[in-house]
Amino acid sequence: MNKVLVIGASSAQAQATARLFAAEGSRLFLAGRDQQKLDDVAADLKARGAAQVESLTLDLNDFSRHQELIAAADAALEGLEGALIAHGSLGDQAAGQADYAVAQGELTTNLLSPISLLTILANLLEPRGGGCLAVISSVAGDRGRQSNYIYGTAKGGLSVFLSGLRNRLHRAGVRVVTIKPGFVDSPMTAHFKKGLLWAKPEAVAKKIHCAMLKGKDVVYAPAFWRLIMFIIKALPEPIFKRLNL
Amino acid sequence: MEAYQSWGRYTRASHEVVRPFWRPRSLDLSGLPATALPYGAGRSYGDVCLNHGGGLIDCRGLDRFLGFDRHQGVLACEAGATLAEILGLAVPGGWFLPVTPGTSLITLGGAIANDVHGKNHHRAGAFGRHVRRLELLRSDGARLICSPSRNPELFAATVGGMGLTGLITWAEIQLKPLSSPELTVETIKFHGLEEFEELSRQSDQHWEYTVAWLDALSRQNPRRGLFMRAKHMPGPSERPQADARPRALLSAPFDWPGWALNAWTLRAFNLLYYHRQRPRLKKTVQPFAGFLYPLDAIDQWSRIYGRKGMMQFQCVVPFGQSEALRAMLDLIARSGTGSFLAVIKAFGDTPSPGLISFPRPGITFALDFAFKGPKTLALFKELIAVTRAAEGALYPAKDACMGADDFQAFYPNWPELAKHVDPRFSSSFWRRVTQGQREFLP
Ligand SMILES: Cc1cc2nc3c(=O)[nH]c(=O)nc-3n(C[C@H](O)[C@H](O)[C@H](O)COP(=O)(O)OP(=O)(O)OC[C@H]3O[C@@H](n4cnc5c(N)ncnc54)[C@H](O)[C@@H]3O)c2cc1C
Ligand SMILES: NC(=O)c1ccc[n+]([C@@H]2O[C@H](COP(=O)([O-])OP(=O)(O)OC[C@H]3O[C@@H](n4cnc5c(N)ncnc54)[C@H](OP(=O)(O)O)[C@@H]3O)[C@@H](O)[C@H]2O)c1
Repeated sequence: MNKVLVIGASSAQAQATARLFAAEGSRLFLAGRDQQKLDDVAADLKARGAAQVESLTLDLNDFSRHQELIAAADAALEGLEGALIAHGSLGDQAAGQADYAVAQGELTTNLLSPISLLTILANLLEPRGGGCLAVISSVAGDRGRQSNYIYGTAKGGLSVFLSGLRNRLHRAGVRVVTIKPGFVDSPMTAHFKKGLLWAKPEAVAKKIHCAMLKGKDVVYAPAFWRLIMFIIKALPEPIFKRLNL
Repeated sequence: MEAYQSWGRYTRASHEVVRPFWRPRSLDLSGLPATALPYGAGRSYGDVCLNHGGGLIDCRGLDRFLGFDRHQGVLACEAGATLAEILGLAVPGGWFLPVTPGTSLITLGGAIANDVHGKNHHRAGAFGRHVRRLELLRSDGARLICSPSRNPELFAATVGGMGLTGLITWAEIQLKPLSSPELTVETIKFHGLEEFEELSRQSDQHWEYTVAWLDALSRQNPRRGLFMRAKHMPGPSERPQADARPRALLSAPFDWPGWALNAWTLRAFNLLYYHRQRPRLKKTVQPFAGFLYPLDAIDQWSRIYGRKGMMQFQCVVPFGQSEALRAMLDLIARSGTGSFLAVIKAFGDTPSPGLISFPRPGITFALDFAFKGPKTLALFKELIAVTRAAEGALYPAKDACMGADDFQAFYPNWPELAKHVDPRFSSSFWRRVTQGQREFLP
């Protein structure tokens, strides 16, 4: 796969993944809201060997520009083969609980914006009969917890959407990859104290890159999160609701 | 206050830390206490990378390349990129670091700020010679390009400036062409410092890398040693190495108990190294990482020295002062506190553009010690005194205990550096060697 669109390209996990594609000499198209960050990332990817790097600056919550973005990327890359959707925001759970407008903003960034982008991408790739759509969801979407259920709702909804889309596009040969990272040491989590469960963006990127090449369905990163989430999902609700999670 | 330590792990320093993920275009220290200091990979042994009670700017998030000219071997990259990351890009393209220390796990910023040297000092000089230009952010909002021709005084102060002149955000370095990632290595047994000096003289012209290990524990004279010299294999190799860092074969994820490294285990270790080779001269071919970075395969190896940590002594004494070296080796052997690695090398006379630069013509030697409190400190004081009498110098990147008068004797142009120190920048080391303030050790 050497023509890849990276949406949310300033994300730490997206950058680390794009570096792996760049080292293979891929052609890349970057999208994000901060021009300077995109320029820094583009220079880095070119130095690392990307054959072409172009970018478009836009707020990904500006749905009216999604069509333009994907058309621009498809034209620049002369037929995009893969896309990674990485943007997201962790949000403030307490603020979202207190004020629905805040919660709605979180759902927009983490759920509706990717759904809008995926709708356009799916309709582009389906008739072509190939390609790969990878999206960063989260283990937080596997079960609602009091500490971050608004974010969890968005990611959970996203995971469900992706499973439906995968089912739809399977026949057309378009692969849909759901990535579920655990705790990742990135700007999003800069204010958290880090412990043993934390992974570096580079480690997650290896899994994303490999999953995109091989067309895996659902990837937990690091892999041990599959077991942790299996246990968490298995806890009966009468017990789960009493836990302080 | 987060726990950022130095490689020796003998201190418990506390800092307020900021961790930029994007290259700042101007310096904003508003979130930090009165003083700040850049922090690279924390591979310095003592307190040059510590600012106890103050602020640290953790630079590891700044690891992007700005540009790589594959024809000229000119690489520009952010200051938090490690040498291993640079090699990962350079080696497959047929380029190599012009100078590299004994570990690839340091940052570009750290390499410049301590003006590091390597096993090819006799040919290439120190790291600063290969820096074409750098960007420096100062607390007054200035954003300056510094090079030997632009802002030359600030450039000279920043090379070897121990992070005190401001934040280096990126730098451009000249790489050297690489014929092969594999090295031809000759290992030669020798006895005594005279033989070592003779071997250095013979080898320095034709061998890119030279270094020696000396048995620092035995009181036997002349001391036994292994002299190693290496050069890159000629011609393109079939097997380019993308990953500079040997995979961590072993790791020391926790502090080992102190007894793991007593005098007996050390002696056994030294003997082992010495006797693994029977003939006087042995020729091998090695990947560069095995020769240049033997310890990078053991992640966090300084932890084998236990919770009390370790210290390193590294000095240089002018040629013709081997009596001083012998005296130091005797002091060490007598103290029985031993040394894991006794590394010795002859420096060349290529000057550095840096104002404060450690390498100078002479013989440098470095030894590791488990930190044993007052006993270790007393020995270090004696070693420093011998170095001073021999008109040598200590290496700030390794040092934890020299006094202000020692530093000022070793680096007589330190007041020049002081003029260029950013008013908002300071370090535990700088307060120790300019104001005599000791924050960790008595
Ligand atoms: C196993 C081992 C072997 C070694 N071998 C050698 C050797 O052969 N030769 C040699 O010379 N050294 C050697 N060293 C020492 C090491 O190379 C130096 O201490 C080096 O400076 C460490 O770089 P760092 O990135 O870890 O920086 P740190 O140790 O974190 O910081 C070092 C200095 O750089 C400054 N600094 C860091 N980043 C910036 C920035 N962006 N802008 C301005 N200042 C900055 C800091 O303020 C500090 O003063 C060795 C160390 C180890 C652990
Ligand atoms: N970090 C974790 O622990 C973790 C765990 C599980 C899942 N995830 C998910 O992983 C993905 C990547 O996150 P990360 O860890 O790499 O953190 P990150 O570096 O903070 O990335 C988040 C990115 O989203 C971008 N973004 C947010 N809102 C945007 C908008 N409206 N328009 C354009 N861009 C927008 C940000 O852009 P700016 O740079 O311009 O702000 C930033 O690049 C996210 O979807 C996140 O939810 C993270």
